Amino acid sequence: MLEIKELTARSDDGNDILKGINLTVRPGEVHAIMGPNGSGKSTLSSVIAGNPKFIKTGGTLRFNGEEIDELSPEERAHRGIFLSFQYPVEIPGVSVNNFIKTAINEKRRSMGLEDMPAGELLRMIKEKAALVELDPRFLSRSLNEGFSGGEKKRAEIFQMAALAPSLAILDETDSGLDIDALRIVANGVNKLKSPENATIVITHYQRLLDYIVPDYVHVLYKGRIIKTGGRELALELEEKGYDWLIKDYQ
Amino acid sequence: MSKDHIQDTLDSASDYKYGFHSDIESETFPVGLNEDIVRAISAKKEEPEWMTEYRLKAYRHWCTLEEPSWAHLKYERPDFNGISYYSAPVRTPKHASLDEVDPELLRTFDRLGIPLEEQKVLSGVAMDVVMDSVSVKTTFEDTLKKLGIIFMPISRAIKEHPDLVRKYLGTVVPHTDNFYAALNSAVFSDGSFCYIPKGVRCPMELSTYFRINQGGTGQFERTLLVADEDSYVSYLEGCTAPMRDENQLHAAVVELIALDGAEIKYSTVQNWYPGDKNGVGGIYNFVTKRGICHTRSKISWTQVETGSAVTWKYPSCILKGDNSIGEFYSLAMTNNYQQADTGTKMIHLGRNTRSTIVSKGISAGYSQNAYRGQVKMSRGAVGARNFTQCDSLLMSDHCGAHTFPVISSDCPTAIVEHEATTSKISEDQIFYCNQRGLTTEKAVALIVNGFSREVLAKLPMEFAVEAQKLLEISLEGSVG
Repeated sequence: MLEIKELTARSDDGNDILKGINLTVRPGEVHAIMGPNGSGKSTLSSVIAGNPKFIKTGGTLRFNGEEIDELSPEERAHRGIFLSFQYPVEIPGVSVNNFIKTAINEKRRSMGLEDMPAGELLRMIKEKAALVELDPRFLSRSLNEGFSGGEKKRAEIFQMAALAPSLAILDETDSGLDIDALRIVANGVNKLKSPENATIVITHYQRLLDYIVPDYVHVLYKGRIIKTGGRELALELEEKGYDWLIKDYQ
Repeated sequence: MSKDHIQDTLDSASDYKYGFHSDIESETFPVGLNEDIVRAISAKKEEPEWMTEYRLKAYRHWCTLEEPSWAHLKYERPDFNGISYYSAPVRTPKHASLDEVDPELLRTFDRLGIPLEEQKVLSGVAMDVVMDSVSVKTTFEDTLKKLGIIFMPISRAIKEHPDLVRKYLGTVVPHTDNFYAALNSAVFSDGSFCYIPKGVRCPMELSTYFRINQGGTGQFERTLLVADEDSYVSYLEGCTAPMRDENQLHAAVVELIALDGAEIKYSTVQNWYPGDKNGVGGIYNFVTKRGICHTRSKISWTQVETGSAVTWKYPSCILKGDNSIGEFYSLAMTNNYQQADTGTKMIHLGRNTRSTIVSKGISAGYSQNAYRGQVKMSRGAVGARNFTQCDSLLMSDHCGAHTFPVISSDCPTAIVEHEATTSKISEDQIFYCNQRGLTTEKAVALIVNGFSREVLAKLPMEFAVEAQKLLEISLEGSVG
């Protein structure tokens, strides 16, 4: 599904951040990407999603066999890439309802489909909101405006549920969540798992991985994946920190 | 037309005996303004003497005034002696069918969702083609007549309802009010008069009627709207369709009178030609709008301003009666080199009077957008309250947003609140929307609509939808 080879990228202020990433994600898999601060985790998700603040300088980036370098962020979204943001932005005056409706219909139009009938849309929105235990009253509030950290993340997972992407990237979705919110968010993600879609979980802490069980754990350091393992790697990191890996690598 | 012709017109007016006639050929007075011209305008319109005197008084006062220069606007001062102040309504249609109309204009109509029949009227297609509109108009007239509602061109009202017009004209915006109001009072071409009788609730938005009835608003428009005790009316002026007009200078006056317990909702959508993308051409729009609220009455101004090269306009409320309410909801959007200096005045005189001001400014391109507002609590405004909110949204690095609020209170129990924000559409917001599958253009439209929602929600339903589309069209090319 996602095939990344020798990927290098820099930020728009000229810093080389990714220095040769290799990563393959197949349908049905859950990958966790861990690593200390500043290792390039968020940059990797930004480059996959096509954030113009980062410039890809080398390597290949394929999604379902297609080179996606030249595609705009919205075209990548239409093809099924979803990014749950670490810091979701506020859009005053635009309700969650209106926003998700616009997003769904933009995607449908890109596929040459008519807008989703209002009744069907309403039912679907209700159902997905229930999945992440999002109070329906939230749907008529301005997107992320005045939301708590947990509410923002739940609103992200709600959008993910509604858009049903084939590849979901969760960037630090656990940051700022208390244990209950974490459980709810993780539950939502797990319910959406299927043999056809894949998830990349970017996280600092192994805590989230108690709830979303990864098939692979990768450790990112200074723009490279320095270690790949199974779930047990996350537990080992929890116990020993990153230093032993970094020492080995150096 | 020569001086003699003016004299002839003056002479013939005195022995006129066949009532209002409309077979005037297109003709235009010579440029410049003097008492003879003012008299000639009045004579052309077969006005009673008190009206002629009113105009002359205004003209004489105007001669003593200087054009105001305090606004945050830069433009070449119009040459007031280079303008012709009377042009007879041109009734000849410009086009025989829609096929002859500029296709770009028609595309805009379509995108705004304006019905085909109205498109014909707006683009000046021969009226006899527009059968439906004519019949619709007649139905409206019947309904209004049954309720005793008077709604007609002010030139007709001056003749048919002189007592009403004379009683109220110039009572809210006196001819001495300001330079443009004085000019308008002297030379106003035509406009609308509306009277809602006691206790009557006008059953329709006067908008629909108005749009069909419009045809050539004229350069110096005059509107007088009187809502008698406990009546209600919702009035919509203007149109989302692009208005092309040969007159560069527009100076309208609108007066609203809400008697005890009455409610007037006055909505404006203004989309006059803003000039091209280099700031060449476009309409100068200098408008004086004011309403007076008697006891327990309410006046609500809603305006969506996207047009004109220069806008100078402050729809205001004098809250004279106890417990009266004034509201002002404004959305001013400027692009390219447009300039807008707009806002409101809320003058609290009565006890427990309340006012709300919500002003949203959107600036794009190289445009300048200013909010100018005055809230005055007089000594008698015991327990009065005002809430003001001014939000500016910047769309480029070259545009400007300015706020000039003036608050004065002579009443210790009055409460005045003012909130203001300035924001810019951030790259993060755009990328967030992009990531959810929205194009940048769609994202900007959505963010702008969100920003404007409070004001758009105050418009009559059908216009809210049109106004929303109008914003999208006005914003085109402003991103990036």
